[in-house]
Amino acid sequence: MIEIRHLSKWYGPTQVLDDCSTHVAKGEVVVVCGPSGSGKSTLIKCVNGLEGFQQGELVVDGVSLGDAKTDLTRLRARVGMVFQHFELFPHMSVLKNLMLAQIKVLGRNPDEAATRGLALLERVGLKAHAEKFPAQLSGGQQQRVAIARALAMDPVCLLFDEPTSALDPEMIGEVLDVMVELAAEGMTMMCVTHEMGFARKVAKRVVFMDHGHIVEEAPAMQFFEAPQSERAQAFLSKILHH
Amino acid sequence: MNYNWNWGIFLDQVKGGDETYLDWLATGLGWTVAVSLTAWLMALLLGIAIGTLRTLPSRPLATFGAAWVELFRNLPLLVQMFLWFFVVPELLPKDWGLWVKRDMPAKEFITAAVCLGLFTSSRVAEQVRSGIQSLPRGQMHAALAMGFTLPQAYRHVLLPQALRRVIPPLTSEFMNVFKNSSVAFAIGVMELTFQARQMQEDSEQGIETYVAVTILYFLCAIIANRGMAVIEARSRIPGLIGGSH
Repeated sequence: MIEIRHLSKWYGPTQVLDDCSTHVAKGEVVVVCGPSGSGKSTLIKCVNGLEGFQQGELVVDGVSLGDAKTDLTRLRARVGMVFQHFELFPHMSVLKNLMLAQIKVLGRNPDEAATRGLALLERVGLKAHAEKFPAQLSGGQQQRVAIARALAMDPVCLLFDEPTSALDPEMIGEVLDVMVELAAEGMTMMCVTHEMGFARKVAKRVVFMDHGHIVEEAPAMQFFEAPQSERAQAFLSKILHH
Repeated sequence: MNYNWNWGIFLDQVKGGDETYLDWLATGLGWTVAVSLTAWLMALLLGIAIGTLRTLPSRPLATFGAAWVELFRNLPLLVQMFLWFFVVPELLPKDWGLWVKRDMPAKEFITAAVCLGLFTSSRVAEQVRSGIQSLPRGQMHAALAMGFTLPQAYRHVLLPQALRRVIPPLTSEFMNVFKNSSVAFAIGVMELTFQARQMQEDSEQGIETYVAVTILYFLCAIIANRGMAVIEARSRIPGLIGGSH
């Protein structure tokens, strides 16, 4: 579903991605982790073309992102993304947030979009909040709406960019529960996250990044039980012992 | 002070005519409002467009927007008024120039409204630009990630938020339009300041004249202010600071 081959990216003279290669097969969940500044968010933003790259190849669902002729808007409509800071549109109701792209991008009629939107809100347990505005919800609720908004487009895969990093601890669980459920249903997911419990539970593989490199890539259990690189060992010892 | 007060002067007939001074001021107020509202409409439409251009990734478009803003905000309004009135018609192709000078209907009014509209558009553009740039970058990312085109992202996500944020500075700008419209007297628009000068010379009651004109300008500005306040209140987003819950 997602093929990343020898990807490199520079901001001016600074290299932020260095020869990164990995893949996510259909129905797989891959977790990307690493210290801040390691390039993991940049990598995931390359997957739907929010960030460009200078070298390498990136193919999503058969569409090559390096190709200048690629219609990025069409690709993005099929790849959902959930952000660290939710990024709901604050000036419209929760339901309108779910309807807007269905109508403007997919061309669904408003009734159809509302029906689909309400069904997804019910699924994330927020149907009662459909007419509220984002700022009237808690962080955890907003992130669940954001996931529902991504699902409303019937995406072929979902990208998560640190979906729980901006949440209070007691709200992390409700968001992870939704993500675990999605994984169980076979959604293809690429998740940048530090939630190692989540990674253990649902990830097929873990990709560990540092300084723009993919330092280690391993099946989840192996990564947690016996990390190969020193860098990954040090990282895990810091985040697991808290 | 040896001054001959006469507050009844407004109902007196002007010298050599059958209108009253009040009629003059009413005509003046009418032109002031007409010039101001026309200019404001222009300034809003152009300002939103130019302010948006300045935030686009396209270098040529952003440069065009920047040039527009610098051109219209770096010259005194009065000089711009004279340039549009005396210089621009000379620069047009000969036939057009002649038509503008001789036959264009309401020549002074149109020139003043266009000049003030362009001048104000540069200021509106800067406010709209700062409003767009004050939004979190993630909003644009979220819009694009859903498959919106750049114009759709601006239309549905960025501009509705940015415009709400800049209503307070736009309110000041709307009030400024009424005050700045007084410069139009210099090219012969018979607006409030023009009529005031005429009434003062004709009636020799300068204090009464300018007290009345002061009150009329003040009313224009305060009505503009209250109108914008209503729009601000209506467009508030529930749950955000200052919004209803």
